[in-house]
Amino acid sequence: MNAPNDLPPFTGHGLGCIRGGRVVFAGLDFSVAAGEALVLLGPNGSGKSSLLRVMAGLLKPAAGKLAWGAVSTQAEPEIHAARTHYVGHHDAIKPVLSVAENLRFWARLHEPDAARASDAVDRSLSRFGLAHLRDIPGKMLSAGQKRRTNLARLLAAPSPLWLLDEPTTALDRHNIKVLEGVFADHRASGGMVVLSTHQDVDLPGARTVHLDDFGIETEEDPA
Amino acid sequence: MIRFLEVVRRDLRLALRQGSDSLMVVTFFVLTVVLFPFGIGPEAGILERVAAGVLWVTALLASMLSLDRLFQTDYEDGSLELLVLTPTSLMVVVLAKVLAHWLTTGLPLLVAAPILAVLLHMNSDGFAVLMLTMLIGTPVLSLIGAIGAALVLGARRGGVLVSLLILPLYVPVLIFGVGAIDAAVQGLSAEPHLLILAAMLAACLPLAPWATSAALRQALE
Repeated sequence: MNAPNDLPPFTGHGLGCIRGGRVVFAGLDFSVAAGEALVLLGPNGSGKSSLLRVMAGLLKPAAGKLAWGAVSTQAEPEIHAARTHYVGHHDAIKPVLSVAENLRFWARLHEPDAARASDAVDRSLSRFGLAHLRDIPGKMLSAGQKRRTNLARLLAAPSPLWLLDEPTTALDRHNIKVLEGVFADHRASGGMVVLSTHQDVDLPGARTVHLDDFGIETEEDPA
Repeated sequence: MIRFLEVVRRDLRLALRQGSDSLMVVTFFVLTVVLFPFGIGPEAGILERVAAGVLWVTALLASMLSLDRLFQTDYEDGSLELLVLTPTSLMVVVLAKVLAHWLTTGLPLLVAAPILAVLLHMNSDGFAVLMLTMLIGTPVLSLIGAIGAALVLGARRGGVLVSLLILPLYVPVLIFGVGAIDAAVQGLSAEPHLLILAAMLAACLPLAPWATSAALRQALE
């Protein structure tokens, strides 16, 4: 990747997570540099979602540190939130707001400039093939359309770090291709992608982290 | 500031599109107050004596009715996670949501109160003070209520639990709200009561969003 590497790497050291009295993972290290992608693999309940929530700052790690370069993310949660897009299991679509209204609200929270935000919303809608649905209320959307509306947030306001929890759920093959294209563009412009998945998502040169019950190993994917 | 206004606008838009919420609160308020003349008889003297208390107790219950809407739907559809991850202090988001909640529930109560006061034969000397206590008191109700609404997120039967948590905290507002109106009706100065109500509002404005933010983060862990 010949990306403009002005961003410091996003790293975690010795991360541990305890849920309901059980150690989900411990001693986990990872690092994502500008233009890189990280794929979290592991069986159900191995802590992929928990790790993504820890990375987003929704969950406090029981042990370890998260940092951008040398600065801890917990020291500046608002700056971390501005750099991050988190896509979880829920689509956060309001049934009574239209697709464009839903998207514009989230875009405006990240992008204070109204004109730029609404430009980005339009571009994002057409990129995800939602332009013809822009005035449809959220309650009329199918599961896949809701998911795409949620994913459209990624482009509606620029943020370097994308944290995605099984983003391909409910997407058809064509839209997975679209998403892969969006990832490639994001990485080419120096963005970072971290995602968990059970399906094959084409991310050239992505690193993988296997989350097993306790032991964690990191390896380079030779793709 | 832009984010604050965006959240207020979104919540107002949601409340208007769904419509039923603020209407339900006002209807509950009106119906319950109307029950009192039937229950304790239409004698003007008795009604006049209890008018301030009835109006305030009913307003407390009515404003509590809509509290579960404050965070519950956002919690269920995942919006709350994203709101917590907004690149601004969570207190700003909470304050915006509370303001929207007050505009859709507290404000309609404020408008309905003097009409119901006429129904209860309240002495007209008390009307201005009634409006003032409502104006200062109902935002306090929304602010304290937000703490309860955030604490019960994810609990079953949250609606009942929130009333057990919140009603005791509403008592000071009730005491000084009714005290101010009674003082005005008896020709005394309502100012001390109003000042204490205003002090409650001043204390709740920073403290309640702070406590609510902590409770919301806890709910999402």
